[in-house]
Amino acid sequence: MSDLSVIRLLAELVPEGSRVLDLGCGDGALLDYLQRHRGCSGYGVELDDRNVLACVQRGVQVLQLNLDQGLSLFEDQSFDVVLQIDTLQHLRNAETMLRETARVGRQGIVAFPNFAHWPNRWSVVRGRMPVTRRLPYQWYDTPNIRVGTYADFEVLAHKNQLQITESFGIQDDRVVRWWPNARASTAVFRLQHR
Amino acid sequence: MSFVATPQFMHFAEPLPLQSGASVRDYTLAYETYGELNADRSNAVLICHALNASHHVAGVYADQPRSEGWWDNMVGPGKSVDTNRWFVIGVNNLGSCFGSTGPMHRNPDTGEVYGADFPVVTVEDWVDAQARLLDRLGVQRLAAVMGGSLGGMQALSWTLRYPHRVGHAVVVASAPNLNAENIAFNEVARRAIVTDPDFHGGHFYRHGVVPKRGLRIARMIGHITYLSDDVMNEKFGRSLREAVGQASADPYRYTTQDIEFQIESYLRYQGDKFSEYFDANTYLLITRALDYFDPARHHGGDLAQALAATQARFLLVSFTTDWRFSPARSREIMGALLRNRREVTYAEIDAPHGHDAFLLDDPRYLSLVRSYFERIDRSETS
Repeated sequence: MSDLSVIRLLAELVPEGSRVLDLGCGDGALLDYLQRHRGCSGYGVELDDRNVLACVQRGVQVLQLNLDQGLSLFEDQSFDVVLQIDTLQHLRNAETMLRETARVGRQGIVAFPNFAHWPNRWSVVRGRMPVTRRLPYQWYDTPNIRVGTYADFEVLAHKNQLQITESFGIQDDRVVRWWPNARASTAVFRLQHR
Repeated sequence: MSFVATPQFMHFAEPLPLQSGASVRDYTLAYETYGELNADRSNAVLICHALNASHHVAGVYADQPRSEGWWDNMVGPGKSVDTNRWFVIGVNNLGSCFGSTGPMHRNPDTGEVYGADFPVVTVEDWVDAQARLLDRLGVQRLAAVMGGSLGGMQALSWTLRYPHRVGHAVVVASAPNLNAENIAFNEVARRAIVTDPDFHGGHFYRHGVVPKRGLRIARMIGHITYLSDDVMNEKFGRSLREAVGQASADPYRYTTQDIEFQIESYLRYQGDKFSEYFDANTYLLITRALDYFDPARHHGGDLAQALAATQARFLLVSFTTDWRFSPARSREIMGALLRNRREVTYAEIDAPHGHDAFLLDDPRYLSLVRSYFERIDRSETS
């Protein structure tokens, strides 16, 4: 999900000049874009050594931390925006991290692979776990320890008193607003405390 | 084979006031520089040393082929801190025993060798002395100040005492203060030295002896804490220095005082080597400086409040198996900087070597520092 077109789509959700915390920032491409094109500042959090190095090379401030250990280092509402782009599906404590995202940031932006995208449904109907461009892993060898759907996330957000201020799907680098739960391989939510 | 380094000496006649209220009236600092200071004097990097190192950071001495500086793998032409690009300065701290004024020198007030009377110096005092040296070298601003362990404390202290003079601080395997366990290890080392009959209350020079036994034990305990359990087991395990007889025979010698295990042999070797060159009073002074360092002290223990004075950008690095200066301690510094909204990058290198890792060749670590210095290059010169 570091294609430039997707980065642009996500960046549009981030107000200009925001102070951003990007949880699971990967190689720092999105933060780099936000710094260059939207006047943002902030930090990425990343665990992988190669990604940490890539961030330093790009000039993105990165903190090498394990998100499963929580966000206690960060103060309440200390960021304008907290990003969780393709991170949720790797987290053991996904629900806690969602609450933490809303605690640390005035807004949270969450994106993850939508398991209810129709090719995935079709695969499961045929009795097999999906292997697609968006979910390219075999079931026995995947870093994604959670699979969820667009519709599932709405329920989880509601359960945690989080208000969804914007949501859409992304498919083939385009925004999907009509029936995203079936038509988009990526789910995107912007949320804040109720 | 590294490049040739040349130690230099700068004499200071104006007294240096110390944190304790005392002062050093007249002193000399030993230092080395590598690379060239550029025309706008914007490429200076100060490297601060830890307990038993010196101003000899990199390079070799002309007449001594195996005299590489203590951070020669990090600093030099084409290395992570590239001396083709940076003007690098290493300074031997006051009270040390490698050329700067220390306990083995004469006190100008009495004409006697200082010995135990050398005033207690702190990290802050060292930083002040380093700042004076930089003044003399015509370096107003440091592109970066960098150090590991106690050297990292000096780098952190620089950002507090001279915030406007520091662009970046690279703080490796360090801590915002020592915890009780760390002070305890220092105390064991100090007791070993002080209770050595050859110590003579710190005035052993006039007796023509050196408290080598104490120094050896101090070094042995230090070495244990610089390594990790895993590395010690991998390197030495339970292997014996020499197998007696056949594999089937009992290899133990059933002695209590001979060296039997390899780890004993290693520690004794390290202790012996150390006691040949290190000064006992210096060991006491430097471990005390470690104990005292605590920038949050004047802020009710609130490190974030203490670090509000910083203006520098930070690279913090820790090593997963370092239990003497654990990652949690670096994360404390990080947290305090985050609360002040300072620019900070933090890397936690998964290395097996314990505290020693900061001096070793880990490609992830060396390339991280290299990339960070390339970034400093872009930010400080643009």
